Amino acid sequence: MNDIIRRDPRTEWIARNRLHPEHDAVLARMGGSTPAAKWMGPNGIIRRNPHAVGFIGPNGVRRIDRSGAQTANAGASARREAAAAPTRRQIRIETPAFYVAVVADMPGGRLSAHDRDVLGLARQLADEDSAGQGAVLLVSFGESREDALGDAGVDRVVSFAGERFEGYAPEQRLTALGGVERQHEPRHWLFPDSSLGGAELGRRLAARLGERPATQVWQIANGECTGRGAAGATDVTRRLPRIVLALPECAEPVSESTHAAESIAPPAALPQALRRIEDLGAVAVDPSSVALAEAEFILSAGNGIRDWGGFHRAASVLGATEGASRVAVDNGFMPRHRQVGATGTWVTARVYLAVGISGAIQHLQGIQQCDKVIAINTDPGCDMVKRADLAVIADSSEVLAALVELVDGVKKEQRNAA
Amino acid sequence: MQRDGNRNVTGQERVKVAALVSVGRHPVTGRPRRAEYDARAVEIGLSLATGGNLHLAHAGECSPESEAALRAYLGMGIAGVDVLQQPAGADIVPALEAWLRELGPRLVLCGARGETGEASGLVPFLLAERLGWSLVCGLAAVESVDGDSMIVLQALPRGQRRRLKVRLPAVVTVDAAAQPARQSAFGPARRGGLQRLDTPVTPDGDAQSWTTAPARKRPKRLKIVKATSARDRFKAAAAKAEGGGGQVLTGVSAQAGAEAILKLLREEGVLR
Repeated sequence: MNDIIRRDPRTEWIARNRLHPEHDAVLARMGGSTPAAKWMGPNGIIRRNPHAVGFIGPNGVRRIDRSGAQTANAGASARREAAAAPTRRQIRIETPAFYVAVVADMPGGRLSAHDRDVLGLARQLADEDSAGQGAVLLVSFGESREDALGDAGVDRVVSFAGERFEGYAPEQRLTALGGVERQHEPRHWLFPDSSLGGAELGRRLAARLGERPATQVWQIANGECTGRGAAGATDVTRRLPRIVLALPECAEPVSESTHAAESIAPPAALPQALRRIEDLGAVAVDPSSVALAEAEFILSAGNGIRDWGGFHRAASVLGATEGASRVAVDNGFMPRHRQVGATGTWVTARVYLAVGISGAIQHLQGIQQCDKVIAINTDPGCDMVKRADLAVIADSSEVLAALVELVDGVKKEQRNAA
Repeated sequence: MQRDGNRNVTGQERVKVAALVSVGRHPVTGRPRRAEYDARAVEIGLSLATGGNLHLAHAGECSPESEAALRAYLGMGIAGVDVLQQPAGADIVPALEAWLRELGPRLVLCGARGETGEASGLVPFLLAERLGWSLVCGLAAVESVDGDSMIVLQALPRGQRRRLKVRLPAVVTVDAAAQPARQSAFGPARRGGLQRLDTPVTPDGDAQSWTTAPARKRPKRLKIVKATSARDRFKAAAAKAEGGGGQVLTGVSAQAGAEAILKLLREEGVLR
């Protein structure tokens, strides 16, 4: 559809000129099928029809929106909405002059905010060269669950999936990166300098390739990069090297364009890596010993909880760290260091299961960074239900008991099968 | 703090352990001190090897101030530190590599990164690559060492731990997840010896062209609202956190609700 508003000066002129023989016909055409809310009367006075202004709101009351975002004139409003909706430029790079490779952490198969910042930085580096358009090559390990890689600024994706790259396999991943290096010879390698793996893999690759990387980089400008040195006490500015390990917020994530994110085949023959490290699997950590701010899965209790024994049992069966709202803490059911929210702890959990919490604004602030919020509540109108990705409107103790039963059943089945 | 990791792992007497230590910088006063992560690495070394089997090396200058900082490691109960004398602006990796080749330890412990200079945290990676040894990052604890492999706990983000079997010899980095180092005692720190060794110096050419300045405060990221009308800008400024598009299950049984929740927990992979 063509979104460009085309003006017809002649029609506008006729609409202004009430003596023109086609004046009435043009006015009717411009007004569309709905009655015109405003027209010029026969004596040159602007006439308004108050019944044609505004729209009928959800409660059957006529609402008038002075901003003009919504009007009775359907055609015009659709056009305005289309103009207001953020449109991203579609960009497709057929033959890139060079590659900028980004090895994203992708915790849980999705791009983290840090990954997006690094991709934004890669986009800058790929676009700044006037000699030729570069492409951002994302190297990802494991199964990807991210569906909007193109919106993050990725032109090409090489994904290495399979058992070899599961778990802690830095040596296998390093050989894979070596394969990408041989096949595409990226102009730059960018890594997030994060404890999720980017920091380690980037340094390993730098040692393997014999390149000196810039670490803890937070700014790149004019072919120079600035990174933190001496445990954050100094800034080291140097010429931009090939391998860069960047801090969070090193650049703005891509927001104005969407890219093709075509997947390309990984290098076919990778040399077998010498396996010196064997991953024996995750160790069960007592969830209550994990600090609330860095817990991955939080089961949080609020005023709606009546059965506290059931709540604690559910937390232990699900393996979740316990949290609480301010009311539950003030009433003495939970210790103060378990409080989530503006006055307690700001949590970063991937999954936040809120049981009987109505969602005060302070509490919602505290869970801003959580990826998935699940609410169990009896009130369908509360703010927590609006925030939640999944809300179950039911009695909390019954749902928790059913959940415990289900999880217990699955665990028993696994034990029997084993 | 309880110190249950302090006991010696059984059958460990013959393992030769090296720890690479550096002079740190106190974040507030800026005075030289023992580096925090290096001290934790020495602490792990002390739990693995008794007295004579733990060898410490420091590559760098040995001025009176840094000597006081190095003596803080001696105060942890160590007889001596080998000081590989290197001027400022020298590449210390070849010297450390030569020292390690001569010593031949089974395990090398390092702090994750230094507290002065570039502090890029690259030294353990370069050493492991050049010596061809295995490398593990973010060690939390060593569970057992036998013959040619050891079992360690690696610290992951979010307080998680992973068990790894690592072939020896290995280079291991230690960061904040390992147990804190013991206090340094004054008497042993005075009695211990610093053996100054003359080693060939490799100048660090790349670093000559760098400019180093005190850290600038990083600009805070602004929340950019791309709105075309005033109404949209107001809505963005006054918006409450709203997920929008969340699934609401009303009038379902507790069983059905629990199943839906369990499905989402499975998808996210948080159930163990």
